Amino acid sequence: MALVLNEEQQLLQGTAREFLGANAPVAALRELRDSRDPLGYAPTLWQQMAELGWASIILPEQYGGLDFGFLGLGVVLEETGRTLSASPLFASAVVGASALLLGGSEEQKETLLPAIAAGELTTALALEETHHHRPTQIATRAERDGDEFIITGRKTFVLDGHSADKLIVVTRSSGEPPASSGLTLFLVDRDAPGVTVERTIMADSRNAANINFDQVRVAASAVIGTLDEAWSVLEPVLDRGRVAIAAEMMGLALEAFERTVAYLKQREQFGVLIGSFQALQHRAAQMQAELELCRSVLLQTLSAVDDTPEQLPMLASLAKAKLNELAKLVTNEAVQMHGGIGVTDELDIGLFLKRARVAIQVFGDTGFHKDRYATLCGY
Amino acid sequence: MTAPVRRDILQDPEEFRSEVRQWLQDNCPESQRQPITAEEQFWGGRRGEFPSEDARLWFQRVRDKGWIAPEWPAQYGGGGLSAEQGKIIKDEMKRINARTPVYSIGIWMLGPAILEYGNEEQKQQHIRAIINAETRWAQGYSEPGAGSDLASLQCKAEDQGDHFLVNGSKIWTTNADKCDWIFCLVRTNPDVKKQEGISFLLIDMDSPGVSTTPIALISGESEFCQTFFDNVKVPKENLVGELNKGWSVAKALLVHERKLMAEIGSDSPRKIVAPNEAAHKYLEFENGKIVDAQLRSDLVDYNMQMHAIALTHFRTFEEKARGVHSAAALVMKYLGTEAEKTKSELLLAIMGSQGVGWEGDSFTAEELDTTRLWAMSKAMTIAGGSSEIQLNVIAKSVLELPQS
Repeated sequence: MALVLNEEQQLLQGTAREFLGANAPVAALRELRDSRDPLGYAPTLWQQMAELGWASIILPEQYGGLDFGFLGLGVVLEETGRTLSASPLFASAVVGASALLLGGSEEQKETLLPAIAAGELTTALALEETHHHRPTQIATRAERDGDEFIITGRKTFVLDGHSADKLIVVTRSSGEPPASSGLTLFLVDRDAPGVTVERTIMADSRNAANINFDQVRVAASAVIGTLDEAWSVLEPVLDRGRVAIAAEMMGLALEAFERTVAYLKQREQFGVLIGSFQALQHRAAQMQAELELCRSVLLQTLSAVDDTPEQLPMLASLAKAKLNELAKLVTNEAVQMHGGIGVTDELDIGLFLKRARVAIQVFGDTGFHKDRYATLCGY
Repeated sequence: MTAPVRRDILQDPEEFRSEVRQWLQDNCPESQRQPITAEEQFWGGRRGEFPSEDARLWFQRVRDKGWIAPEWPAQYGGGGLSAEQGKIIKDEMKRINARTPVYSIGIWMLGPAILEYGNEEQKQQHIRAIINAETRWAQGYSEPGAGSDLASLQCKAEDQGDHFLVNGSKIWTTNADKCDWIFCLVRTNPDVKKQEGISFLLIDMDSPGVSTTPIALISGESEFCQTFFDNVKVPKENLVGELNKGWSVAKALLVHERKLMAEIGSDSPRKIVAPNEAAHKYLEFENGKIVDAQLRSDLVDYNMQMHAIALTHFRTFEEKARGVHSAAALVMKYLGTEAEKTKSELLLAIMGSQGVGWEGDSFTAEELDTTRLWAMSKAMTIAGGSSEIQLNVIAKSVLELPQS
């Protein structure tokens, strides 16, 4: 367990900050938004990220990975949170890569993981079916038909759903919702017959989609893991995704907070700097305290992925709940403390506010994770 | 008594840990591995008595091993160990629920300040006496007119050539009626900026003119006192640090007090029931879940906060061992004491009307303790620098916000 970054991780942090500052600052997201970019991220940026090894940080060397661990991944994601950089990093290099790594056959791993590692293959997890994260409330059916399966159903809030090459679809192959047994993961080409993708424009200007599966035929070889037993893969994949998004939220909260503290030291009213007002000082200090707690929780949870996976469910819920609350608090306070300029589109703060709200909904809002934590505690 | 061997600080931590584990296994009496009650705490001092023969044995063994203060220099009776090794000893003692051999303001607060600011004579006189539990110390900081604004203190020490003449009073002097010595902040120069005219003085409480009165609190207890100084003669050599430089000594010492306040919940003398346990005892469950949605939500908020605080404690230890600086240690007093208050409120709510009994047979000892501790918990965010003062400190020293 490590609650302090080692030298290599600190080095990675420095490289990531420098690279993103130069190549994917907040202004880049603005441009994607304002130009209504059809892809929603810059392919050249993703290629550069892959060359830096970011698409393969958590992958073992045998699949073209860096095997640098989740703490390393967390460092990079935190920096992308600071710059609000849009890329397939989360959906492909974290969620997709983890699903294949934990559930895939050797053949699937050997063909697909090196492609993800190289930034040549992107994936999206088609999971949610309602407006809240309910990972076992799956009604999308997978019916066996000879050597094939037929998938029918509708998915929503599929991150990178309109841009990914392949979809990892969570289906119900037996039983009824909300049973966690009877789920199966399928690998489906986004452009397969019967797949209809509708891009959704979200508040954070990042990629998501609603996807309809109408009698989509897939071969039995498209199953990831064991039929009816996807939960044993999906749950750890979601937990990895939760800690990853939490790392991004740490970065966005830190950036919004630091920009706000800087503003408190520069803005004058009543003839003094507003940072000298105790009403603002105490709120800023309380945020600092919460940031410190979240920092510890995040480091412990990232370490747990590699070192103590048996602790991951509880820690992942702790991390997502805590970071959800932090991101909400800090972005709200950032707008309020900036005053009038805080609600203008010209200032970046609003972009942090919006990204925070979307990230809160990814893989479980605060209520979801408090409930899960309480259940794991036995009450 | 053999002098403690100074450990090579490069010794493999895991090797050291197994040595510690073995030593504790061999030397900590079984009776000293049970939860402690307030009556069983040994506080030392001239009037201090061991609550039992095992307690005496346990204290003497730890003392002879040099582990009463593992990180203090061996020449004054400390262990001469590294911070990491000190942490290992603490962890291992906690693991077997070993009792704290001696409760001591001297160890927790004054000792580190004397080691940093005291002269050789003061170290010789006081450090070993603290480790040997021969002296019990009280703290004399606050005054009736100087609470959060501590620097405005008025208790004065006048230079009379060969001694100081002390007049004034100190409040919230914890258990001062049972203490032998008191360390005080006194006004030695009234004509300069308030922080610059304060000195740090050690006063023997047996000196003529010192008197102490207990103060009754909302919890029904009276462990806090007010101590009066009426023409008390204090030898010049009892000044710690330079004249009029007591504020720096006090600030260094406050850091220790805040660390202590932040940790206090983990070593509370009265055994407070854990909220999770209380929930199972007092609340209605359905399908493994607490029915009362508000209480379930409050409980999970508390548990998550404590989980995060515990991890942050570990992080501060790890950072200290690796020489990394962060703001984590500075926010712990605020977070730890606020969480203790939250816990007490939560327990009261979980116990319902059984949590608000004051005395009598209608309530269990645990219930009555919960009510009393709830009342006592209100002091946690006031003593040792109130939460508001903590936030001021964070705003100033971490965020470097402009001061008005």
